[in-house]
Amino acid sequence: MNSKDTVVSIEPQSASKFIDTKELIRYKDLLYYMVLRDVTVLYKQTVLGFSWAIITPVFQIVIFSFVFGHLAGIKPDMNDMPYPIFSCLAVIPWTYFSNTVNASGQSLINTSSIFTKVYFPRIIIPLTHVFSKIVDFSISFIILIGLMIFFQYKPGMNVVFLFIPLLIIIITSAGMGFWLSSLAVQYRDFKFAMTFMIPLLMYVAPVTFPASLVLNKLGTTAYHIYALYPMVGGIEGFRSSFSAGKEMPWDLISISAVSAIAIFTSGLWYFRKMEKYFADIA
Amino acid sequence: MESTSAIEVKNLSKIYRIGLKEQKQETLTGTFLDAIKKPVRNFRKIKNLKNNSNHNDEDVFWALKDISFTLQKGEILGIIGSNGAGKSTLLKLLSRITYPSAGKIECRGKVASLLEVGTGFNPDLTGRENVYLNGTILGLSKREIDERFAAIVEFSGIEKFIETPVKRYSSGMKVRLAFAVAAHLEPEVLIIDEVLAVGDADFQRKCIGKMQEISDGTGRTVLFVSHNMAAVKSLCTRGIVLKSGQKVFDGSQTDAINFYQANLDNAANLDYIDNIEDAPGNEFVRIINFRIKPLEGKILSITSGVDFEVLLYNYVEKANLDITFELRNSEEIIVFHTGTYITTNNDSRKGFYRVTGTLPPHLLNSGLYFFSIIIGQNQKIALFKGRDMVSFEVIHEAQSNHMRQLPGVVSPKLCFKTSFEER
Repeated sequence: MNSKDTVVSIEPQSASKFIDTKELIRYKDLLYYMVLRDVTVLYKQTVLGFSWAIITPVFQIVIFSFVFGHLAGIKPDMNDMPYPIFSCLAVIPWTYFSNTVNASGQSLINTSSIFTKVYFPRIIIPLTHVFSKIVDFSISFIILIGLMIFFQYKPGMNVVFLFIPLLIIIITSAGMGFWLSSLAVQYRDFKFAMTFMIPLLMYVAPVTFPASLVLNKLGTTAYHIYALYPMVGGIEGFRSSFSAGKEMPWDLISISAVSAIAIFTSGLWYFRKMEKYFADIA
Repeated sequence: MESTSAIEVKNLSKIYRIGLKEQKQETLTGTFLDAIKKPVRNFRKIKNLKNNSNHNDEDVFWALKDISFTLQKGEILGIIGSNGAGKSTLLKLLSRITYPSAGKIECRGKVASLLEVGTGFNPDLTGRENVYLNGTILGLSKREIDERFAAIVEFSGIEKFIETPVKRYSSGMKVRLAFAVAAHLEPEVLIIDEVLAVGDADFQRKCIGKMQEISDGTGRTVLFVSHNMAAVKSLCTRGIVLKSGQKVFDGSQTDAINFYQANLDNAANLDYIDNIEDAPGNEFVRIINFRIKPLEGKILSITSGVDFEVLLYNYVEKANLDITFELRNSEEIIVFHTGTYITTNNDSRKGFYRVTGTLPPHLLNSGLYFFSIIIGQNQKIALFKGRDMVSFEVIHEAQSNHMRQLPGVVSPKLCFKTSFEER
């Protein structure tokens, strides 16, 4: 490595590159250790440890199955899919989304003691949680497998498309993390707003009900506008990947994908624009 | 042939917005309306923190103003100045933590900055995990840490506890481990802020040794901020003095320390020779000039001794004038309180009197000192009391690798005799 050639110029208006790949590659090990730290520290000094990654969604699935599946009688729109599996397929990705957005949204506030003392690409701070929460996400798949065995439910061939809704969910989480972290470090109001807005966002997403409910009640246009909320395509796509025989909702997925990419790029742009002020206002 | 400068700083300025006092509403409706308008005002205030364009606003504070210097490769620059002079802001700008409001910095080579030891240390992680975390935060790659891991652990001297969570460490152990990581960064440009002020005497010696190793011959460029003049003197090759955000001196490190000592904020050398009427004092006596300088050499140190001189203008005639000097250190301990007659036969005249005195070498320990003077009449009436007229700093002269300041108010050179007795 010949670092002698690297000239760093620091100026007030120095336009930061949108994505500085070279620098990110140089700091990839930092991202790795930040993720590792986040994962190992999360359940330190708890009795149940990583079981929490299962317990939390299980309780939600049980309650949703009782209230929405049993009492309200919402029927999944997938062939013979039992409500608990239907609910599980939304709760798991939703839990990932809300954990990531919450953690990365607060990340700049919580790490101000680090980034006011040393330079490294700031984008790593919110990105850490996008990766570290994948661990919990993966563990919670145990619930899904358990439910499938219990209900003797066999997923179809759509599983090969699973990575598409997964990407939508991850990109959306990252984009929201960029937006909220850089806003919250300036305006702490967002810290408070996040705590009640994120649970509210869940009821808007097709977590407890199928998205087709919107189609049936409000029509196609509303259905497509609804898909601008990227978690719609994300969750519906995630669910459909595991359903036996149901077509992938490609219309929802493509609309949501576009909007997810828009959230991600705009979030990244805002973060990069604001990052030079973080140390001064944190 | 490329230029050999490691850092080029051109017209660097940094402004901060400081909060202005808000108007207070007297009436109930006023308070109410104010509360409604408050969110808008808060929004503007936060938004304005990022607005650096309007440099003339009254809530603007210039942390740095128009600083320029070029640092050649291999130079070791000491940055000195009193609190609030802008040293830390300059380091933060150079380390890319914060951005300048105007001007430009160009750095060539890999820069590592240590504004704090142990940044990002997590109490729940083990020593090993923290070495990797801290190392990568400081810009090392995993491979680079792998290669240096053994050396880092050995330097820290805590091999036994490397798999123990850091929260079980003593604070000293934490600092050792953190400094060990920092000492193995091997950058081309190193920026350090006062990290030497950590650890016990033994570990400090080790750190200084490492610093000297870094600076000796390896061609590494170092920027070093410290209040420890002894460290600046022995480690640096060049010194910059900052005062109220501006560069007031740039030269050899010895000259810089000398300049700093002569221009301490407390008006080190009082001088009112050109305007006697403004000089501190009253209708009886005015202190025109109070000058402190080393007895030997250029720098006030334990071994230099202190030479002081007071020039006063006296209005009181036909009296016995006396002067008392009181020296206090920064802990408000009175080091001495002593004086002399200026006139003895009730024959004082209107005019200038000059009093000089010396403090021998090996009397004052290193530290900050404040001179107060009392001018009296017949040792009964105090004509004028001037508290903390001048201040000066005595530095600890580095001897070999013993750079730590010693405790104590005085630092005498005593006569010791040792003998062996067999009984």
